[in-house]
Amino acid sequence: MRWLLLKDLQILRRSPLQALLLVLYPVLIAVLVGFAISRGPEKPRIAFLNEVPADTRVSVGGAKLAAAGVSDRICSRVECVHVKDRAEAVDEVESGDVLAALILPADLVDKINSLSTLTPGTPKVEVLVNQEDPVKARLVDERISTLLAQANLAIARRIASEGGKYLDLLIDGGKFTVIGQTFNILGLRATAQILTALEPALPPGPLRTSLREVTRFATQARDNLDVAGPLIERLAQPIEVKKEVVNGSSPPLEIFAIAVAATLTLAFVTVLLVAGSLALEREENAFPRLTRGLISPLGLLGEKVLLGMAVGLIVTLLMLAGMQLFVPLQWSRIGLWLLAILAGGGALAAAGAALGAAAREVRAVSLLAFMVTLPVAFLSLVPSGAVGSGVFDLVRIVTAIFPFKPALQAMTAALDSAGNGIGVPLLHLAILIVAYGLLARFALRRFAAV
Amino acid sequence: MQARGLVKRYGDREALRGVDLIAEPGELVAIIGPNGAGKTTLLSILAGILKADAGEIGTDAGAVGWVPQQAALYRRLTVEENLLLFARLEGHEDPRASTEEMLELAGLGERRAEIVARLSGGNQQRINIAIGLLSRPAVLLLDEPSVGLDPRQRARLWEFVAGLAGRGTTVIFSTHDIQEAERYGRRLLVLADGESLFDGGAEELREAVRSEAPEAADRNFETAFVAYLQHRGH
Repeated sequence: MRWLLLKDLQILRRSPLQALLLVLYPVLIAVLVGFAISRGPEKPRIAFLNEVPADTRVSVGGAKLAAAGVSDRICSRVECVHVKDRAEAVDEVESGDVLAALILPADLVDKINSLSTLTPGTPKVEVLVNQEDPVKARLVDERISTLLAQANLAIARRIASEGGKYLDLLIDGGKFTVIGQTFNILGLRATAQILTALEPALPPGPLRTSLREVTRFATQARDNLDVAGPLIERLAQPIEVKKEVVNGSSPPLEIFAIAVAATLTLAFVTVLLVAGSLALEREENAFPRLTRGLISPLGLLGEKVLLGMAVGLIVTLLMLAGMQLFVPLQWSRIGLWLLAILAGGGALAAAGAALGAAAREVRAVSLLAFMVTLPVAFLSLVPSGAVGSGVFDLVRIVTAIFPFKPALQAMTAALDSAGNGIGVPLLHLAILIVAYGLLARFALRRFAAV
Repeated sequence: MQARGLVKRYGDREALRGVDLIAEPGELVAIIGPNGAGKTTLLSILAGILKADAGEIGTDAGAVGWVPQQAALYRRLTVEENLLLFARLEGHEDPRASTEEMLELAGLGERRAEIVARLSGGNQQRINIAIGLLSRPAVLLLDEPSVGLDPRQRARLWEFVAGLAGRGTTVIFSTHDIQEAERYGRRLLVLADGESLFDGGAEELREAVRSEAPEAADRNFETAFVAYLQHRGH
């Protein structure tokens, strides 16, 4: 078997371009996919026009609030391209230089302030978008909606906070300044205390009864408004999220991305190499000569799987070493890495052998390997809940049949302890090695017959 | 090499119908017949690649060297690497010495470092045969060894094969070229539709053709042979 291994490596060495492509292409694809997963799009470029006069503030009860920093908040989440007028904003959007334009009109704050008057207006901001691409349009819609929701929340919190202060003043009393003049507010608490103190000084009769009713009202109002304070604050954000993990644990996104990249590399290298190498035995007419007493068909399959595992191990380890430059990896877990790579490589190589035995021609095998590996790899990344339950069940079955997903799970578990355990994926891979080995052996009977 | 009553069926079709074959040491036996006669099937059964549905073979498959019709070589390896690989797989104690021996036998010592894909069809066939000889077989089976070769390459190939027979190797080859069979085969086995029609020397076959197809006896041997097959119902 070692001489056949040596022969396959010699053939690989004799075709440097193919060998280079076999390694470089999957690494390139894997790195791209890894980055696509780990990093969301860069901050979108948004043209930003703020026409609101600088000294304009949202006011409550005649008092101006401190600036909510809406502009800063927006520009911290997107790359703001400041424009001087609406025409420039339109130009920027039309040229595609920016994803969208956000315009805060001059009367925005006045409209917000009018909400507390008898003639409330509707505060509006203007968004200019280019709908040339549906994906882009959806992205813009989501981004702008999120930004405005955040801005609304910031303003609502500020108003609620100020409203709460006035409520406290009404209950507990204190100083209140408006238009440069300071007033002392007695407050309901002190009012109730004064009225309670006055009551004994009055003779029994209707006047005293009325005073007692006023005192009771002041006390009740104080107590109820005490409850209203937190309620007003909650109005700004009535619903809070309580997140509880009931199933699964996930490693950091960067680690998952590296696991995806490494598994993709392993999958392409092993499946293509093993399938192609086995098909080559037939194309070179060597299969009958080899299996005529020199090596058994099962031995030949074993040799191909070993070849895939060995080359896959080297390429994947090199890739992980390269990834170390960008994301620190836990090299102390290298034992688990090796286990995951060898088990994943073994199952992927066995699948490659089955493909190679079934397709029998190197070109057909290469095409088939791509047709199978790439879609299954992408299906394996579909999270539950992202598609309908029926479709997801189908996806789960497909991805359980091919070794990519369990190999990814094993790799993720090997790279970081935060993920799920490595035992189940290893068992899954072991079952797939046996299943694909049997399938390949069966396909070889037809392989030999032609 | 002894084979008796070999039968092989593919579904309802009988590819071989009770064929006998006996070959002595150093004998060159040609199996001739039109396409689909059962030549490759017979050789594959003798080589142990196919199993006969009936009949007996008196020689161990391990003592039989087999050279398939299409060169079974790794085209991206050199001549020497191919021979060395198969010598190692055969379990030779000194695979390098065996490789040298075969390079000399095939007359390709000077081209040992060349990639097989760059060699001519004739030279590829010589390596193909040399690999078949690595197991030092008592019997060598060649399936249409001269297909695709030009006349010069054919001549060199048959010179090489004759040399093997001269050293005591029994050589059984198939061909559909009657003249080639007549020229190089010491004995000829004629197959048609899986049936053995004739087993004997070239001169005996001519006699048989003359007696069974006298109207074609004066024409060239190939035409007379075709007439003979037609007379026998094929």
